Amino acid sequence: MSVMQTERIDPTTADEPVFDLTDVTVRYGERPAIAEITLEIARQQITAIIGPSGCGKSTLLRCLNRMNDLVPGASVSGKLLYNGQDIYADDVDPTEVRRRIGMVFQRPNPFPKSVFDNVAFGPRLNGVRSGLEPIVEEALRRSALWDEVKDKLKESAYALSGGQQQRLCIARAIAVSPDVILMDEPCSALDPIATTRIEDLMGELKQHYSIVIVTHNMQQAARVADKTAFLTVELGDGGQRTGRLVEYAETSAIFTTPKDKRTEDYVTGRVG
Amino acid sequence: MTVATLPLSARSANVRRRKLKNRIMTGAFVVCLLAALAPLAMIIGVVIQKGAPSFTLSFLTTTSISLADKAGGWLHGLFGSLYMLAVASLVALPLGIAAALYLVEYRTERLTGPIRFFTDVMTGVPSIFVGLFIYATLVGALGFGTFVGALSLALLMLPIVVRSAEEILRLVPDDLRRGAYALGARRWQTAMKVVLPAAGPGIITGSMLAIARALGETAPLILTAFGALQIVTHFQGQPQAALTLLIFTGARSPFEAAKAKAWAGALELMLLVLIITVIARFVARRGTRNSR
Repeated sequence: MSVMQTERIDPTTADEPVFDLTDVTVRYGERPAIAEITLEIARQQITAIIGPSGCGKSTLLRCLNRMNDLVPGASVSGKLLYNGQDIYADDVDPTEVRRRIGMVFQRPNPFPKSVFDNVAFGPRLNGVRSGLEPIVEEALRRSALWDEVKDKLKESAYALSGGQQQRLCIARAIAVSPDVILMDEPCSALDPIATTRIEDLMGELKQHYSIVIVTHNMQQAARVADKTAFLTVELGDGGQRTGRLVEYAETSAIFTTPKDKRTEDYVTGRVG
Repeated sequence: MTVATLPLSARSANVRRRKLKNRIMTGAFVVCLLAALAPLAMIIGVVIQKGAPSFTLSFLTTTSISLADKAGGWLHGLFGSLYMLAVASLVALPLGIAAALYLVEYRTERLTGPIRFFTDVMTGVPSIFVGLFIYATLVGALGFGTFVGALSLALLMLPIVVRSAEEILRLVPDDLRRGAYALGARRWQTAMKVVLPAAGPGIITGSMLAIARALGETAPLILTAFGALQIVTHFQGQPQAALTLLIFTGARSPFEAAKAKAWAGALELMLLVLIITVIARFVARRGTRNSR
């Protein structure tokens, strides 16, 4: 339990946003993929990012933990504060950022190792050598996978079903006690039953973590998210597609009383 | 005429001509295949036929100083070959795999082109040149021996190891790398703890093939190991024996006993390569079963 208890949330900052973005623009080469995004992401809530294909949802998500650094030619401008710190400041180590801000991907990507070694991977990176068992167990419990895998911790992660693999990836992210979990369409490769389990899990996880989820599925956003951001694509002069934030509000407001016509068209299924 | 009314009978002249053409072409392919396989089968057949009579336990487990001697075996050749192969592998495998990891994981596109070209050229270099190179640079100072022989073998293995490992590493899905990076792994940690284990079986297979290639090399050893007629444990400074060198000298010698042993040595070498290839296949298959 000891490692898992390290909730980094200081009671005095609990009301402050975990992310504070001001005019964030991400370029691939010269071409802006998303432009002038300004929003605040609340702590210990689920924030959904929705929008049509190519609107830069995933790009926005990836710049929250500096995964865009791995894309050649990507550059980020504007201000992106995480707990008040600019994560694109010169003296920030991107790997440190990623240890606080975990990520779950579209397709489950467990390592070709045992279930146990997958979950223990992150703690081991941080130099934890002993006492791994309770950390792994706690992470698997929190990702609602423990009961299914407790007897096959030594088996290959590839022996699990797709939905179990995705929960294993969530457990793997949780095991390093992150502050935030980013999810990039975590259910798009899963069947409806596995999707329901992950959605239920997200509701439990938000007691401990702030979650940002990108999703194609509007119903999913409506079901799980506290707040929802709607992005759309704008065609530039050269025909380049740039994602812009249209509306950001409580999820119920986005789906029932959207202020912007484009949001309304999208959530009612008229476009996209 | 509509399609439905085209004659379907096999007796029509057109159809008969096409069927005949098909048969001729099929026959030509089979003949070519047999022509390509025949020498291979004959080599194996002749090596077994001529090598088997002398391929005895004493051939495998004893040594003989004299080439003309009917008794005694070529244990010293086996020992020297395996000794040099082990040293060559210790040099070439870590270096080659590390080079491939660097090329693939550090995305050094500017280096990849030249290094690829260089390894391609290296693979094509006649092995006697490699022997000559070691002879000119090292044998003068160090003398003949195990180490310089192993070094020439390592030079021949290196490009094969680099290229095969590079290709396997590129097949490791980026999803895995992203997963590691997202957990805060650094580049070397991602390379060593995720990518390398995932590519392990493939890399082992490629390495085994490089080892099999080195095992059969003769030319570079003539100028570096030089050859010996007893077991040599010296790491350097004393000429070392090798199966291939013994086959070379045995087959050229006027003694019937030496010629017979050369055939047995060839059979021994063939079996060793077979064992290595089987192990490589086995490892590759086990690896693919465990991962995915």
